[in-house]
Amino acid sequence: MSARFAPGDRVRVREWFPPGHVRTPYYVRGKRGEIERICGTFNNPERLAYNRPDDPKVLYRVRFMQTEVWGRAERSSDTIDIEIYEHWLEPEQ
Amino acid sequence: MHDLGGLPGDAIDRTEHQNDFWEQRVDALMRALGTLDPPLVRTDELRRAIEGIGADAFDSMTYYERWISAITEVLLEKGVISVNELSGKIAEIEKREAE
Repeated sequence: MSARFAPGDRVRVREWFPPGHVRTPYYVRGKRGEIERICGTFNNPERLAYNRPDDPKVLYRVRFMQTEVWGRAERSSDTIDIEIYEHWLEPEQ
Repeated sequence: MHDLGGLPGDAIDRTEHQNDFWEQRVDALMRALGTLDPPLVRTDELRRAIEGIGADAFDSMTYYERWISAITEVLLEKGVISVNELSGKIAEIEKREAE
């Protein structure tokens, strides 16, 4: 599957609250980060949760500044990495 | 309820403990159901069913109680087991335990 984003790209997590099973944590929705790596292509867990292994998606490791996620951090350089599927990401405006 | 990141929480109990035998059996059951081709219960289905347990029950259940409750839910949904079979078996075990 061709990946929409490349390592180093700036992205924003969609501020999206769909019903059903979702793996994207609440606390990063709407937050801005950077693609750290492409993890590969995997079946979308939002469909697997209903026994439908039919929706492959590119998975990224996205790096966020802790200050971006929590509004504060013990050290300003602290980061948090979260794996997020492509349909949850949009280019940073 | 399950997505707790960023919320205030209680201290985490980090002491090691041995799982009970029934908990090991629940783990083994999930592994067996999940590695069938196709799986009878997928990890993602287990997670979805755990999320559907309801806040009060979720809080009062232990880790593997949530697992067996969710496994049961998915197997009932798929018609692998029926409510009658399940309640019949539970009644049988309760009777056996009482003796």
